[in-house]
Amino acid sequence: MSALVKVDFDTWQALQQLYSDYAFAVDSGQWELWPEFFTVDGVYKLQPRENHERGFPLSTLAFDSQAMLRDRVYGIKETLFHDPYYQRHVVGAPVVRQTDEQGRLHCEANYAVFRTKLDGPSTVFNVGRYLDIVTKTPDGLKFAQRLCIYDSEMIPNSIIYPI
Amino acid sequence: MHPASGPDALHWEAGGTSRIPFAVYTDEQRHRRELDRFFYQGHWCYVGLEAEIPNAGDFKRTVVGERSVIMTRAADGQIHVVENVCAHRGMRFCRKRHGNATEFVCPYHQWSYQPDGTLQGVPFRRGVRQDGKVNGGMPADFNPKDHGLTRLKVAVRGGVVFASFDHNVESLEDYMGPTILTYFDRLFNGRKLTILGYNRQRIPGNWKLMQENIKDPYHPGLLHTWFVTFGLWRADNKSELRMDAHHRHAAMVSTRGSMGQASGQAAQVTQVSSFKETMQLEDPRFLDIVPEPWWQLGGQEPAPPGRPKAPGAPSGGSEGHEVPSVGVQVPTAVMTTLFPSVIFQQQVNSVSTRHIQPDGHGAFDFVWTHFGFADDTEEMTQRRLRQANLFGPAGFVSADDGEVIEFSQQAFDSKPQHRALAELGGREVGETDHMVTETLIRGMYGYWRKVMEAPEKNEGGAA
Repeated sequence: MSALVKVDFDTWQALQQLYSDYAFAVDSGQWELWPEFFTVDGVYKLQPRENHERGFPLSTLAFDSQAMLRDRVYGIKETLFHDPYYQRHVVGAPVVRQTDEQGRLHCEANYAVFRTKLDGPSTVFNVGRYLDIVTKTPDGLKFAQRLCIYDSEMIPNSIIYPI
Repeated sequence: MHPASGPDALHWEAGGTSRIPFAVYTDEQRHRRELDRFFYQGHWCYVGLEAEIPNAGDFKRTVVGERSVIMTRAADGQIHVVENVCAHRGMRFCRKRHGNATEFVCPYHQWSYQPDGTLQGVPFRRGVRQDGKVNGGMPADFNPKDHGLTRLKVAVRGGVVFASFDHNVESLEDYMGPTILTYFDRLFNGRKLTILGYNRQRIPGNWKLMQENIKDPYHPGLLHTWFVTFGLWRADNKSELRMDAHHRHAAMVSTRGSMGQASGQAAQVTQVSSFKETMQLEDPRFLDIVPEPWWQLGGQEPAPPGRPKAPGAPSGGSEGHEVPSVGVQVPTAVMTTLFPSVIFQQQVNSVSTRHIQPDGHGAFDFVWTHFGFADDTEEMTQRRLRQANLFGPAGFVSADDGEVIEFSQQAFDSKPQHRALAELGGREVGETDHMVTETLIRGMYGYWRKVMEAPEKNEGGAA
């Protein structure tokens, strides 16, 4: 087990809120909320666990600016043809691993995403963990980095919405 | 069984292959025959890249058709492909997806094999001595040489590894034919490859639909907004469709045209509903395209369609009989389908192999291996990785290909007596200098019919 990294209660509460708000946003269908959780140069990667653990740089999605996330939102809403579906995140409590010199929190949490198509059952869609760097900004906590490292390497056809 | 429901009962409306019976996608018995005739006999299947197993002892588990195989590198550097079926009780003993091992041991009874499949150890082969008596053991005439793993024939070219259960299969070069070989050699021209990583997706559709998707230049400029809007793949792009002599393999070759509004006659391609005139990327680095020297076919360019091909064209394809063309187009995208198992992708700076792994008639796994070249700069590596956002199971472009395949399969299963149309550009088969045609699909089914309608012989697969 790793050592406990202590943060003050307000920070802890804000971190819980950030994780909850993110899950709420990406399950809400209001995709334009999603980029707002990131810093301007924030990094978002959706990467199979195999690539992560073997040191292969390829991600299924790899964005390194908030602008790229907005391009993805446009893609989801306007350009990607796909079967409509609901998704539902269940996210574990974040664990703070480290506070760096810039005061950023390095944390992680397990997640499971269920997918429900309109005429079908709810199925386990994508399971993994978030590896995050969270930074304090005047607008509250933001993700400087969110890596979604997923165990579910055999994707059930496609992933359209943000994990 | 009622004859009308057997594999030979297909009705090809209009006689040729421009109307494809839904039943080619729906019948499990027909699927078994496809596996035997395309994946296990007479064809080469993709298994991987040499760069995936760079060191002695490295291995990668993959499949040929629906059979589990292991690509290994022996101590002498030689690449072998062996079937993942223990010679003793048939167990699929290799469970790791990759690794390094000096021998393979089946855990069930600890039979052990060398990387080339040679059986090297059988516990209690000579019995067990107890109270001065030898109990059991294998029969005296048991010869380990007769009980190695099934070895596949292997061909390696340009760092790409192919295998065949059929040891009488023609050479890989003859199998591709000179035209396709030229495009293969353009991408895999001997430079050392580097592995960037994998994407895997399970697509609930018949495996042939993915071959068809990459033999179909009609849809990209219609389904894929990014392609039409940013000029990456559009009906007015300069393009060519090429095939091997059997029409089983193909290359769709395209040169990027204008972004945004087109003028004159080309305007009709920008009037499709997926074209978004005002669309702009907030971060243009997705399309930070830098041409690379190898894109040019140069002196290796095969004769363009319309010109008769040299009847005795060398199977190597690169002997350079032809004078390098002046002002030859530089393709920005070449999508090569090698029947039945793989697609080689070059879309601007993004290059990958896409491995088709069937699982029954109604599903296949699609495994993407993105790679680069050992002499890439760090900037080029980042560029390839960023452009990879267009492709794969979540890609801006490719995600919807899996979706349309799934929904096609749903309809096939619900009315197998119906048929699909592939009549764009006519009903015949031939190479073209444009992409407003479904000729490659018709060509593939011409080959499919020839092989599938041949009388039974030694069914069940070689080896």
